[in-house]
Amino acid sequence: MTATAPLQFSLAAQAEIKRLLTHYPPERSKSALLPILHIAQAEFGGWISSEVQDLVAETLGIKPIEVYEVSSFYTMYNLKLVGKHVLEICRTGPCMLRGSDELTEQLERITGAKVGGTSPDGNFTLKEVECLAACGFAPVVQVREKYYEQLNTPEAVDAMLDELRNLVHRPILSWEENGLQNSLQTAASV
Amino acid sequence: MGRKLLTEHINVEGIDTFDVYRKHGGYRSVEKAIKTMTPDEVVEEVKKSGLRGRGGAGFPTGMKWSFLAKPEGVPRYLVCNADESEPGTFKDRQLMTKLPHLLIEGMITSSYALGARTSYIYIRGELLYVLRILEKAVAEAYAAGFLGKNILGSGYDLDLHIHPGAGAYICGEETALLESLEGKRGNPRNKPPFPAVSGLYARPTVVNNVESIAAVPVIVNEGGNEYAKIGIGKSTGTKLISACGHVKNPGIYEIEMGVPVEEFIYSDEYCGGIWKGRELKAVVAGGSSVPILPKDLILKTAAGEPRLMTYESLSDGGFVTGTMLGSGGFIAMDETTCIVKNTWNFSRFYHHESCGQCSPCREGTGWLEKVLHRLEHGHGQMHDIDLIVNVAKQIEGNTICPLGEAAAWPVTAAVRHFRDEFEWHVTHPHEATRPGAVYHGGLVLA
Repeated sequence: MTATAPLQFSLAAQAEIKRLLTHYPPERSKSALLPILHIAQAEFGGWISSEVQDLVAETLGIKPIEVYEVSSFYTMYNLKLVGKHVLEICRTGPCMLRGSDELTEQLERITGAKVGGTSPDGNFTLKEVECLAACGFAPVVQVREKYYEQLNTPEAVDAMLDELRNLVHRPILSWEENGLQNSLQTAASV
Repeated sequence: MGRKLLTEHINVEGIDTFDVYRKHGGYRSVEKAIKTMTPDEVVEEVKKSGLRGRGGAGFPTGMKWSFLAKPEGVPRYLVCNADESEPGTFKDRQLMTKLPHLLIEGMITSSYALGARTSYIYIRGELLYVLRILEKAVAEAYAAGFLGKNILGSGYDLDLHIHPGAGAYICGEETALLESLEGKRGNPRNKPPFPAVSGLYARPTVVNNVESIAAVPVIVNEGGNEYAKIGIGKSTGTKLISACGHVKNPGIYEIEMGVPVEEFIYSDEYCGGIWKGRELKAVVAGGSSVPILPKDLILKTAAGEPRLMTYESLSDGGFVTGTMLGSGGFIAMDETTCIVKNTWNFSRFYHHESCGQCSPCREGTGWLEKVLHRLEHGHGQMHDIDLIVNVAKQIEGNTICPLGEAAAWPVTAAVRHFRDEFEWHVTHPHEATRPGAVYHGGLVLA
């Protein structure tokens, strides 16, 4: 039996963590916990196992329980294995008024996944979330750092899924690497 | 056409870059404040402007600033609340994405006024891509000498950092936000002490909404008195309104305070009316927490006066016939909207987002969701309608933070104004659960 190599952050992630730690007073480095958990989730396949949480605790010099109690509080951290893409579907009032219920049904039908589960091909995990602050462009789905907006036609939904099927996520660690284009709609409004 | 104090240049090509923003008059307030004004003079201008907190509570910003404790030798902080999560509200996201330097300029000028040497922008985690935009802009501001050591040769130092949340509505409550910024669960703190005395890292702290901070540059540039000339009474300046739901043209509109609600909804300059040629049924005017009003009461007050987009006019009539401007999250609902379903949806939201610290909220929001679910799905009893009002009343005022009220108000208001629709769900369960059937003003629309 071969021993598995201990988990560690990539060099790029370590550098980003080091930079983040300069944002807070040295005795308050725990402040970096939320941003570091985001890095961990991006680095280790879109979810945070308990081993990864232990690594984060070790990185910050805090107790593992201090990480667990935080990771379980915030909805963005996936604590279970997820598919290649996690589709976070906004279900709150303003999105519901513009068809988020129908969108969810449509995504379940096309992907074969149920909300809370993953499609048989492992491509898509569906997750219902609360307001994403994009109510004017409803209905909305978030996938990692990208918002897909105005998903009120079958074409818009297909275009999103096609884009995702061909997309390989790579961890985004800083603004210099943000390759995803989020375009904001403009109407008569600003 | 009203004046655009924040968004005049928002669609200028490249305005998200330092150079273009600077060419359009950007960072003038930093120069003016640091070179020609004392910090107290800046606070005084903000007081004179009458600016009220744009996150929802509407508390005068200048007064909040003047409460900041300033003990010798103790660092103090300015934290910008960019945890925009109130359903119906999406103005801050738009502002930060398109005009990142406006927020950064506001943060520098405000930090100078408050004597903060380190400031943070706490942005909701879902907006990581906006965080990247802000970080790029912050790097540009450092390179141009507007952040860092000895800003503009003045001896004033400031570091500005962007910090992400990770999905929790409650972190929009300022003390929950501070807990979260310290790397903990977002549980609101008991007050007092208020953040002005003991905030981030137990240091004196001011927490302000994005839009409030973004208004500081124009106030400093033009003077508080000039700013206060816009608007009506104690609703001064301009407000960003996030229009959504069933309006024809959803989006962000910067309005001068005092625009009539009717004009805002129906004029082509703003929402352009209701989509699909339908009738307006109801409006939630200030984010999901504020009381819903039926068409008649949102367009006119109970006394028959035209309702205006101001703090005072929208709350005219108290909660009996009025509502609140709140965050400016303006959700319009057309005649095909089921009020019971919408109320259930909002209750599910608050149940999901309750941090669980206070029993009335933790348990009460669950009850509200559950009872509203059965009313919506045709299993409700007549006494359930009074039960949800009763539960809501027992949450209200009995919790550490205002999430309790936020969960209670939408329910009591929906029953107050649409009781017949709730009753119809009980008396006509089969009809009420038929897809597409909606009760509207005594009629059933199929």
